[in-house]
Amino acid sequence: MSDPASRDGGPLERPISRRRLLAAGALGGVGLATGGSAVALQQSRDVLAPDHATHHDMMAVGDIRPGAFDPGAFLTAFDYGRESRLPSGQVLREYELVAEDREIEVAPGVFYPAWTYNGQVPGPTIRCTEGDRIRVRFVNRGSHPHSVHFHGIHPANMDGAFEMVPSGGSYTYEFDAEPAGLQLYHCHTVPIKRHIHKGLYGVFIIDPKDGLPPARELVMMMNAFDTNFDNENEVYAVNTVAFHYQKYPIRLHREELTRVYLVNITEFDLLNSFHLHGNFFRFYRTGTNRERFEWTDVATLAQGERCVLEFTYKHTGPFMFHAHQSEFAELGWSGIFDVREAPHV
Amino acid sequence: MSDPALAAADAVGAGRARRLPLWALGLGPLLLLALLVALFLRAGPVGVFTQAFPPVEELTIERIALPEPGLVEITVVNGGPEPVTVAQLFVDDASWVHSLSGSRTLGRLERRTIRVPYPWVEGEPHTVTLITSTGLTFSGTVNVAVETPRPDARYLSTFALLGTYAGVIPVLLGLLWLPFLRRLERRWLDFFLALTVGLLVFLGVDALTEAFALSARVAGAFQGGGLVLLGLVGTPLLLAGIGAHRKSHGKARGGLYVATLVAIAIGLHNLGEGLAIGSSYATGEIALGTFLVIGFLIHNTTEGLGIVAPLGNERPGLARLLLLGAIAGIPTVIGAWIGGFSSSPVWTTLFFAIGAGAIVQVVHELGKLLVRGREGSFLSPLNTAGVLAGLVLMYATGVLVGA
Repeated sequence: MSDPASRDGGPLERPISRRRLLAAGALGGVGLATGGSAVALQQSRDVLAPDHATHHDMMAVGDIRPGAFDPGAFLTAFDYGRESRLPSGQVLREYELVAEDREIEVAPGVFYPAWTYNGQVPGPTIRCTEGDRIRVRFVNRGSHPHSVHFHGIHPANMDGAFEMVPSGGSYTYEFDAEPAGLQLYHCHTVPIKRHIHKGLYGVFIIDPKDGLPPARELVMMMNAFDTNFDNENEVYAVNTVAFHYQKYPIRLHREELTRVYLVNITEFDLLNSFHLHGNFFRFYRTGTNRERFEWTDVATLAQGERCVLEFTYKHTGPFMFHAHQSEFAELGWSGIFDVREAPHV
Repeated sequence: MSDPALAAADAVGAGRARRLPLWALGLGPLLLLALLVALFLRAGPVGVFTQAFPPVEELTIERIALPEPGLVEITVVNGGPEPVTVAQLFVDDASWVHSLSGSRTLGRLERRTIRVPYPWVEGEPHTVTLITSTGLTFSGTVNVAVETPRPDARYLSTFALLGTYAGVIPVLLGLLWLPFLRRLERRWLDFFLALTVGLLVFLGVDALTEAFALSARVAGAFQGGGLVLLGLVGTPLLLAGIGAHRKSHGKARGGLYVATLVAIAIGLHNLGEGLAIGSSYATGEIALGTFLVIGFLIHNTTEGLGIVAPLGNERPGLARLLLLGAIAGIPTVIGAWIGGFSSSPVWTTLFFAIGAGAIVQVVHELGKLLVRGREGSFLSPLNTAGVLAGLVLMYATGVLVGA
């Protein structure tokens, strides 16, 4: 295990080293004892024996190879494409998606022979505004035929369902972005199940014309990997790497509006979910209607469903977020929001 | 050799070969083979073998021990042709931290112990899954979690007692039939010899079944099937060889000799049985209930009868009889001791196969004893009934153990 402490200090991620957690455990607390959680620590002392298993035991060992896909950067990486104007004045956004076979690391030391868009799983998050003209040049450098099927309103031949792009071929998808909301894209080549669980999917955000309130925005795609190809998932995560945000918590500021774009692309399991600790969120289904939302702390989504979640933290400290299917949580789909006071300006 | 041309070639070859020393002729092919292997390894395999086939990974979980509350210890061996890297570990579908006794990458035939701080629950099943760097998974299950016994005085005495009940006492009880057997007519004595054949055949098949079942859990490279074959064929050959040696040195091959062989065969079988009992107990697969011990007591008493049956016409001393009982019974104790602490399917398989093989030889010897002085009339109605009675007796008393 390379020492995660040496990767300290990023604005987004602050590693919790096992040593520190063990030290916290030795004090008699239950895990996740980082700065600002003194109250929780004290209380737990009376409830649990010091040797009781803690969240840092339920964890992957080691670290992923540096230099490969970075789930920390993916959270806030939005691809707005190459922007220009059509003669009509309409905004044109041009993107390129390249399908290629690539081995990816889905948990420290566990490599998976994925099919990817642009070498990463999930593919790049494509973002635009309602009414923009979208032009996506798709090149298939993979070993199998593929396509790109965007969710949204568009002509039949732009749907990626029938026009399969052979290995070595290309296709250009062009349509107007509608409706505003949280969409996704994925390969629609048969057998679809395999083309999806091998990694051909990504998030597609269409912002409303009048915009959204400013917020800290995070993209989370709930995915899973059937590493031994027995039609059951072995590893679960948001954004591919198991336990990544538990090991490198996502830093948030107290009282800052946070907006999570949550998409479920998990194969084989009927449902996946997102549960937030110590807080409630506004649950906007598909992100299509700002007026209608639910005030809750568990968002449950079937495959292909997505939602926008908005919340602000009242308290500082480490707060877990994870699938409320405990099995998924314990196989990798767990993370931590590290909520701090906002720096004074 | 009838073909003159071949005979001539042979003669020429023989003439040439005579100039070389004998050892060179014997080792020549081996040296060439070694050279070929070295060349193959050095020059790299020929094109066809270097295809990017997915590596054939094979990990075998040999043992899952629960040495103390909150700790699981897994013994794993790489029985496949390629090195395997253990990337992560799940217990009951939860990713769990753990440490290995060495590098995460296991070379061929390498073993590791993996320690997992997992809060296992007494009396419940737990499944451990290893996930390799290529995403393949290998699982092992503890059917009923109980703390693995430590090699302390209490454990040793528990198994000494169990072994005594299951092995020593019943055999000694069976030996008490000797005075009864002595007063029987020859044909009834033969009936009991035939009954012994039945008992042993049953035990032999039982041992062989166990050996095959266990061989499935042996890591591929150790070839479970091969182990069974070694024990099953090697043991009778070895015993027959010893017998032939004794005969050539003018030693007696009477009833006592056969009785000793029967005791050895039963002892070997019981060693395997002890190993199985010990390791099953240690991994929580059996509970040592009163019923099981009573079952063994009744079931194994018939083994004592088997030992004394060949002694119908002999007058061995008491010490000799006790020795026979010890040979047959005490291995249960030893097996249980070993099996509780460190059992590998390799050894358990081998000992069951050896037990089965010993029985093959003993049945052969008993058969010879039965036809002695007769015109090969082994299958008299009474003898046939004896064999059948032996089988049925073992089956009926076996129900008690199997329950």
